[in-house]
Order: sequence, then structure tokens, then C-alpha cells
Amino acid sequence: MDLSYGQAAEAFRAEVRAFLASNWPRAADLRGADLKAFIRDFRAQATDAGYLYRAIPKIYGGSQQPVDVIKAQVIREEFARARAPAEIGGNGMNMTVPTLLEKGTDEQKELFIRKTVAGDYVWGQGYSEPGSGSDLASVRTKGELSADGSKWIINGQKIWTSQGMQSTHMFMLVRTEPDAPKHDGITYLLIDLEQPGITRRPIRQMTGEEGDHTFCEFFFDNAETPVGWQVGERGQGWYVSRTTLKHERASIGSADGLGRQFAKLVELAKDVGRIDEPVIRDKLAQIEGFVLSHRYTSFRLFSCAAAGEDPGPVALMMKLLLTEIGHEMALLSQELIGEHGFVEPSGAGGRGNRGPRGPEKWLDQIMGSLGNSIAGGASNIQRNIIGERGLGLPRDLALSGER
Amino acid sequence: MHFHLTQEQAAIQDAVRGTLADNWPLDRLHAFADGDQDFDRTSWNALMALGLGDILLPDSGMGLLDAALACEVAGEAAAPGPLIGQLLSVAAVAALGNSDFPLDALVSGEKVATLVHGGSAYVPCARAADYFLVVDRAAGVRLIPAGEGVTIEPLKSTDRSRPVSKVVIADGAGNAIFAASDAMTARLADAALVLVAADALGGAQKVTDMSVAYAKEREQFGQPIGRFQALKHQLAHMALDAEPARALVWYAAYAWDAALPDAPRAAAMAKAHLCDVFVRAARAAVAAHGGIGYTWEYGLNYWFRRAAFDRAWLGSPSEHRARAANLAGW
Ligand SMILES: Cc1cc2nc3c(=O)[nH]c(=O)nc-3n(C[C@H](O)[C@H](O)[C@H](O)COP(=O)(O)OP(=O)(O)OC[C@H]3O[C@@H](n4cnc5c(N)ncnc54)[C@H](O)[C@@H]3O)c2cc1C
Repeated sequence: MDLSYGQAAEAFRAEVRAFLASNWPRAADLRGADLKAFIRDFRAQATDAGYLYRAIPKIYGGSQQPVDVIKAQVIREEFARARAPAEIGGNGMNMTVPTLLEKGTDEQKELFIRKTVAGDYVWGQGYSEPGSGSDLASVRTKGELSADGSKWIINGQKIWTSQGMQSTHMFMLVRTEPDAPKHDGITYLLIDLEQPGITRRPIRQMTGEEGDHTFCEFFFDNAETPVGWQVGERGQGWYVSRTTLKHERASIGSADGLGRQFAKLVELAKDVGRIDEPVIRDKLAQIEGFVLSHRYTSFRLFSCAAAGEDPGPVALMMKLLLTEIGHEMALLSQELIGEHGFVEPSGAGGRGNRGPRGPEKWLDQIMGSLGNSIAGGASNIQRNIIGERGLGLPRDLALSGER
Repeated sequence: MHFHLTQEQAAIQDAVRGTLADNWPLDRLHAFADGDQDFDRTSWNALMALGLGDILLPDSGMGLLDAALACEVAGEAAAPGPLIGQLLSVAAVAALGNSDFPLDALVSGEKVATLVHGGSAYVPCARAADYFLVVDRAAGVRLIPAGEGVTIEPLKSTDRSRPVSKVVIADGAGNAIFAASDAMTARLADAALVLVAADALGGAQKVTDMSVAYAKEREQFGQPIGRFQALKHQLAHMALDAEPARALVWYAAYAWDAALPDAPRAAAMAKAHLCDVFVRAARAAVAAHGGIGYTWEYGLNYWFRRAAFDRAWLGSPSEHRARAANLAGW
């Protein structure tokens, strides 16, 4: 085993650093629109240099680089170190673009990818409905062709849409073949959210957050989208969506983020004066055993990816592992914050206006860690996946019917 | 960057696995468990014939990671014999350079060496041992020939695959080979932790595999019990506990081989974490099997007992977590 990235990668690192040294340090007085413009230019230069949007063809605004997970990692590390803006995140980059690259028409790629990369298009994920969560293939939002066959007319409701208030567009699963078996009657559609047939409403979250930063629900009342915005074949939307979910899972696990959060938990124990208690030290070390397992397993997955080898079932475990560690950290931090927990942190949930925040800020993690066990596939569904796909146990009736 | 097993490493594991499958099937383990020996020469010779004794020689081109991979498979097979003590004794004697200790006979396995945790009287395979490698962080390392100054009282052991004796070593018996302050003392103590963690990993994986296989085969209510979600989720949790922890063992071994500054801490974390994982896995495995798991005959209990041994040997998980906390400067 060898955790160094090798000479070629270190030479590449030097190159990235030099690029950042001459392109990133921004004038300290840049603000508002000027800062935005600067960041936009910087991303364009970084893309020209081949550092960002590497999987995206040049004609769609990417840098079209050969797959190289080590280079990609070096870039992530160096951009993070310099605190330079990396790729735009969110559903669009994680889900819409990979799906379009794999399953979209040239026209769709042309229409959407460049604008998504530029941050002009922000995507909501329109999967869940009030009656369809884990059993996603049961979606009921209805799509019917217009009389002239040029448009899909959509009626129904989507819910729990993250970034819904900021979204300009949505990718959604819609039932178009009501008589087909449930997995075979769904079509994957893209839709412009700015139209009269669509109403959106924020849903207040358990964190107390409301308004612009919460998830929301969408009502579709004869909303329309062109037939050309349908991705993949009619009735094949379920299988198109599997591409997206795969990408989502890959983007959830982040060993560095978890490591930083654990370091903060140790800091919390120091701040509240409890780091010398044997029970606390033991509990911290116990949690760290899992944090490090997650970290080194990320190395393992990374190493397998670089070598083009299949890591096996462990790849299916990363989301649940992260979720479970998050719960353990929540429980210990709740012990540590003690009476600070009486007071809700300012800007609860982490996105609103913030005043000064003390140990009570851990309430964000204490509540937020619960989101992980629901969003992107509830933990029981993860357990099913590990048991069935990972261990080869017989399939649950709930998942039968999928081809 | 390489952080998964090479083909050669996988091949070594397969060779050890195959050798133990031939030489240490369940009926042999059963016979051994009810016998009164603490060592099995046949399986030992077969293992050592693979060249495992070479692994920790300085010029072998291998290292603690490879030793850990072998110990992992020994744990999987509930192999008898003091493999960990043997491999570490080779490393210790090789590090001494010229000495009177029979390095070749230790490498070949002809002479048997067992590990004594400094301060503890419980020693596996003591009656078979030609040498006792006493590793004590506070007092240094001694390598003591069996015989004078060493008294051995056989015990009825919890772990039937690695029976322990109560061993009393007279003060001044044998040679002090490394002082407490010698870096080699801590290196050997750390390496021992990593190898026990590897044994525990192999055991945890084994009982998980046994449980999964059984769940596919056993039927109740007209279907394989593995289709019942409650059991499926229990099994998923066993896998979730063991599989990601594999990389923790790899890292600890790698860190030791590369002499990274965090190697001592990684060893402590691996020992603490994996021994807990193994105990949890062994309990979950018995529960997952139902009545058959509670029998002697089925054999799960040998791993349950090994889990008890691994957990207690060389310091408990909480002891090593306390060390890890100190080493982190918390
Ligand atoms: C913070 C957050 C953000 C989200 N963002 C989005 C988004 O942007 N877009 C979007 O489409 N959705 C989003 N979701 C919705 C999310 O995908 C669903 O909540 C999730 O899939 C679970 O569905 P549900 O809420 O209907 O719960 P249900 O499916 O009703 O589950 C309820 C409980 O039943 C269990 N359960 C269900 N089925 C099974 C089974 N077969 N076996 C065992 N247990 C089962 C679940 O584990 C859970 O504990 C978000 C959710 C959250 C919390």
C-alpha cells in the first residue's frame, strides 16, 4: 500500500498550485456583483486549464479531460486548500448533467448542460410525492400528451424538493402509462418551473427554517413541457433515474468533511471543559474508530477506482455508514452541549442570518444528521440494498417488479 | 497511490486459506477442542511451509500488512498455533543481528515462539513453545527459552483453538533483547496489536459469511429466512460493521510498515475497534442462526470464543482507546 499519489501527481499538483497562485487570490475589497463576476471568470479560466468540469465535453462548456481520479483528487485538494471556488455543486451538476451525458439527446445537452455548468439553471429533484417516498416507482403525478403530440401536460404534486425555492428547472418522474406495470409506466421529464401551471410552496423544516432555504412542494396544474425535453424513451423513466441516483450516492460520502466534523467534536469537548473525562475520551475514540474506517475505506474505493477495479459490496455501505456515524456524533454532542441545548442557535439550520453562535450551534448537526437517514434513500432502504445487492440475500417483495 | 490488495497479496491469502481448509477442517477443530493439546503440529507445519515465517524478515519485500493478511485468514479459519508470536519473534531476532537465537528454525517453524503480553500470565500455546517473546512497553522485550525459570500451568481455556496456560517467568530468566526505551519495543508491541486486529477481522468476516450463507439456505414460513427483512437488516449491519473496518487494519499495518508518526495510534485504534467488531459479530451470528448457532457441534462458538480471547488479549478496547486519546493529545 502506498498513500502517496506518485511523482506525476505531485508535478501536476505544482502546476495546479501555480495556476491558483496567479489566478485565484482575489482583491480583498471585491464585493457583490464584482465578486460574482470575478468568480465566474475564475471558473472559466480553471475550466480552460482543464481543472473543472472534466467529465463534460468542451462543446457544452466543460474541459473534457480523460478520466483520472488522482488528478481530480489533487485538484479538489488544492482548490480546497486555496479556498478557491471549485465546480458549482447541487443537483444540476450531480444529477442532471451526468444523466444527460449518458441518456440525453444532443439537443438536450446543448440546451441544458452549458447553462447548468454556468449556474444559470438550478435544478430541483422531482421524485418524491406525498404518496411515494421509498416506494418511488409508485409515483402518480400524471403526464399526458397534448392533442398535437408536441407537449407533455402534467398534473399532480411533488414534495420535499431541496433547493426548490431557488430552482429554475426540475427533473421529474411522471406516470405516463397508467396501465403498465409500475416500473414501466414512468417517463423522465425536464421542465421549466417558471410557468403558470406550477405553484411552489416552502415547507417549514424541523430545524425551524422556513422560506427560501427549506425544501418545498410543487403543484402541477396542467403544467407543460415540450416532448423534446423527455429524457430516454417514454415509459423508461425509472431506468433513466437509476443513473441519477447512482451519481447522487457517489457524491454524498465525503471523508474529509466527516474528519473535519469529528475534529470539531473534539474541540467541543475541550470548549465545554470535558475532554479530560475518561467516559468522553472513550466515546470519542469509539466514534473515531468508525470515522477512520470510513476514511480509509474511501481511500480504498478511490484506489480501486484509479485502478479500474471493482471494490465490491463496501461501496454500497458508505451512505449508511456516514449516516450512522452522524447519529453517534449527534448523541455525543448533545451530551457535551448540555444546557446550551436549551437555546436554539441563531440561523438554525445553518443558512439564515447568523449572530454569534456557541456550543448550541451543534443543534444544526443534531437535527441535520437526521436528514441523512431519510434523504437520498432512507436507511432501511440502504440496509435492503446492502443485504440484497451486497450480500446476495433474497429480494424483498417491495423491490420486486423492477427489471 | 495504492490502497487495496495487490493480486499477489490476494494470492497469499488464498494460499493460506486453501492450506487451512485442507489441514484445519471443522472436524479437526472439534477434535482439537476436546483434546488436551495446546498446539497442532500438522497444521502448523503446513502453514509454515508456505513461507509465512519469512514475512517479517527485513529483506523479505513484505511487511506487517502481509503478516496481517495471513493472520486475518488464520482468524477466519480459527487456526491454532501462536502465529502472531512466531512472526514477531522472527522480526525481533532478525533485528538483533547476530545472536544465539536460532533464526532459521524460527522462520521455518521448527522452533515455536509464543507472545507474552508484559504483565499478563495468560499465554497461548505455552506448552508447545520453545521460546517466549515477552513484550512489555514498560520493561522492554525479553526472549526466553522454555525450561528453566518458566513454569507453566495448563488451564481450561475459553478459546479452544488457542488454549492458554498460566505462565510464570522468574525474574532474570532469559535475555533482555530490547530495553523499554529501544524503539523496537514499542514497534513490536504495536505490531502485535495490528496482528490481533487482523485476526479479529478474519473472525468477524467468517461469522458474517456463515450467517449470510445460512440465511440463504434455511427456510421458515416457506421461504429462506434471509428474505425476512429484520434478519436481512441484522446481517447488513454485521457486514457494515466488519467490511469498512478492514481498511482500518490495512491502514494500521501500512502505517507501521512506513513508520508513519501515527502508526502507534493507528495500531491502538485498530485493536480497539476490531476486537469490539468481532465480539458484536459473534453475538449477532449466534442470534442470526437460531438454535443451531447455540450448539457446540455447529462450530460458531469457536469464533465466539476467539472473539473473547482477542478482546481480552494485549489490553481491552477501552484501554487502547484511552491510549489513543492520549496519543492524539486530547
Ligand atoms: C432533507 C430532505 C431533503 C429531501 N430532498 C428531496 C428532493 O430534493 N427531491 C425529492 O424528490 N425528495 C427529497 N426528499 C425526500 C426523500 O427522498 C424521501 O423522504 C425518502 O425517500 C423517504 O420517503 P418518505 O419520506 O415518503 O418515507 P417513507 O418511504 O414513507 O418511509 C417511512 C419509514 O418507512 C421505512 N420504509 C419504507 N419502505 C420500507 C421498506 N421497504 N422496508 C423497510 N422500511 C421501509 C423508511 O425507512 C422510513 O423509516 C428529501 C427528504 C429530506 C428529509
